[in-house]
Amino acid sequence: MSISISKPDVPPNDGGAIIPGHHPKLEPIGQGKTKSFYVDKIYTSVIFCATLVIFLLIMGIAYELFSGSRVSQKEFGFNFFTSGDWDDVHQKFGVFPFLVGTLYTSFWALLLAMPISVGTAIFLAEVAPAWIRVPVAYLVELLAAIPSVIYGLWGLLVMSPWIALHIETPISNNHILSRLPIFLGLPNGTDLLAASLILTIMIIPYITSVSRDILRAIPNAVREGSYALGATKWETISRVVVPYARAGIIGAVMLGLGRALGETMAVTMVIGNSADFNSSLFSPGYTMSSVIANEFGEASDPLYHSSLIEVGLTLFVVTMFVNGMARGLVFLTAKEMNGGRHK
Amino acid sequence: MTSLDKPTLSAYQIYRRVANLWMISLTCLATLLALGALLLVLSYVVKSGFSSLNLNIFTTDPTPPGSPGGGLRNAIAGTLLLIGMASVIGLPLGILGGIYQIESRGRFATTVRFFTDVLNSIPSIVIGLFVYVVVVVPTAQLHPGQAYSAFAGSIALGIIMIPTVMRTTEEILSLVPTALMEASLALGATRFRTMWSIVLPAARGGIITGVMLAMARIAGESAPLLFTSFGNNLFNLNPNKATAALPLSIYFGAISSYDYLHNQAEAGAIILILIIFTMSLLTRFALRNKALQGK
Repeated sequence: MSISISKPDVPPNDGGAIIPGHHPKLEPIGQGKTKSFYVDKIYTSVIFCATLVIFLLIMGIAYELFSGSRVSQKEFGFNFFTSGDWDDVHQKFGVFPFLVGTLYTSFWALLLAMPISVGTAIFLAEVAPAWIRVPVAYLVELLAAIPSVIYGLWGLLVMSPWIALHIETPISNNHILSRLPIFLGLPNGTDLLAASLILTIMIIPYITSVSRDILRAIPNAVREGSYALGATKWETISRVVVPYARAGIIGAVMLGLGRALGETMAVTMVIGNSADFNSSLFSPGYTMSSVIANEFGEASDPLYHSSLIEVGLTLFVVTMFVNGMARGLVFLTAKEMNGGRHK
Repeated sequence: MTSLDKPTLSAYQIYRRVANLWMISLTCLATLLALGALLLVLSYVVKSGFSSLNLNIFTTDPTPPGSPGGGLRNAIAGTLLLIGMASVIGLPLGILGGIYQIESRGRFATTVRFFTDVLNSIPSIVIGLFVYVVVVVPTAQLHPGQAYSAFAGSIALGIIMIPTVMRTTEEILSLVPTALMEASLALGATRFRTMWSIVLPAARGGIITGVMLAMARIAGESAPLLFTSFGNNLFNLNPNKATAALPLSIYFGAISSYDYLHNQAEAGAIILILIIFTMSLLTRFALRNKALQGK
């Protein structure tokens, strides 16, 4: 590691006179204990320690969440994950309704966001000329820079009343649609539908920019081969380019899912906050992150407190799992493409 | 010779062309939808924000709940304080970690990169919980009556900064030509001297960009502040006390039932958006003329 070269111990030598009986001692390269040797030692250990902080933080977070939720783990055991009760008066807690609420809103968000963002990515990478591509790509990135709480503000003050009036009321008045299990209940605007829509808007830029990067990484020869066979632009996209990038696009979608699972403020503001999960999109609900945001501050009782930390632990594990798979897929695609080029 | 000028198309060929046009226009539609969402949100923030903005927002603190008036002076100051303190915690660690990944290329650096991504993907509210357990609870035990603090909030934000800064630093440093580094080492410079005097100056613009982007990101975070810096109706610059922040004031204003607080939240939103967009625009222009642009 150390490259320091020690200065040979040569006495001051004016005019090249040889001092009899004096043999300058040469230390072996790389083992000299000079000042620069120590400087490099300190430097490498400091940057190494800074890197270790990453590992310490991840382990620390996992450990603290685990030990912080010990009270509730002892009390409820595995029932915590299957019980639908969330009752601080009777001291019964279970993560199930929030876990389902998180997965349910993320599911709808993905369903809506996937076609829009993959379509946008295809447009930006394959169709649009540069004078459209560059500013639009920049605008999409701007969308990602807007803070969650501002989406929540817009969702609560503008979107919620609008969807209650223009989407939910017409559906409720329709005789056929209102019988569907996902459209039961009275329209009120702050519900699972609002949460899913706000999540959709928030994850579009993430999925779009990762998929676009993946599409642009595909070698042009692949497209040219398809055109040479007489394929139209869309045939090239749908049968050659997208299948080639499939794993990477799935990875991008899962990164979006990871964002949706952990999203807190915007969802908390529009989801209606109810611990009873109902599969109807018109009913209020809760996600894991929104129950923590809403109730942790007022949870004074140790069991309540510890249950909320266990909700956090569950959220941590679920997002770790989804993100790990997503990173793996993106990584594998990138590797495949690089490997393919060299073969 | 009409058959040469206008080749007759079979039904299948017509179908292929129509399908091509149809699907390509669908991708345009998807783009328009994505941009439409952006325009809806932005136009609301700009329109309602500027109409709610006035001088009082910058010069006064919030009034007691229910009595209209007041401003966001405490929140603006709190946000700046939190960003500053979080940067002191997050930036050195992030930059040093990024340097490490450049100095030690190899299997371990790949592992580090993976775990940086892992840390980056932990939901910010979970980081808030962690800081609550590690900082806020012990503080409350040591000093009764004092629990939430700007210090705790900036630790949470600092943790969020570390992986972002680390990744961008690493990406920018990896763009500096290796030959530059090798030339310096060959002249007998130490690794530290090479990094400090040769590599870092060459990558300065890019690193500043990474830093600004990370600061812009934490400026809008509110979930990790809920149980760490907590919010405060009074003007406060003491790191040991609970402190207001713009995102928190927007949140509490939006969920309140008073119209004047909604307006205040909208004013806060435009201020926050302006802070964040100015940061990201500045970095874009700062990078424009630099060789190190990333990719």
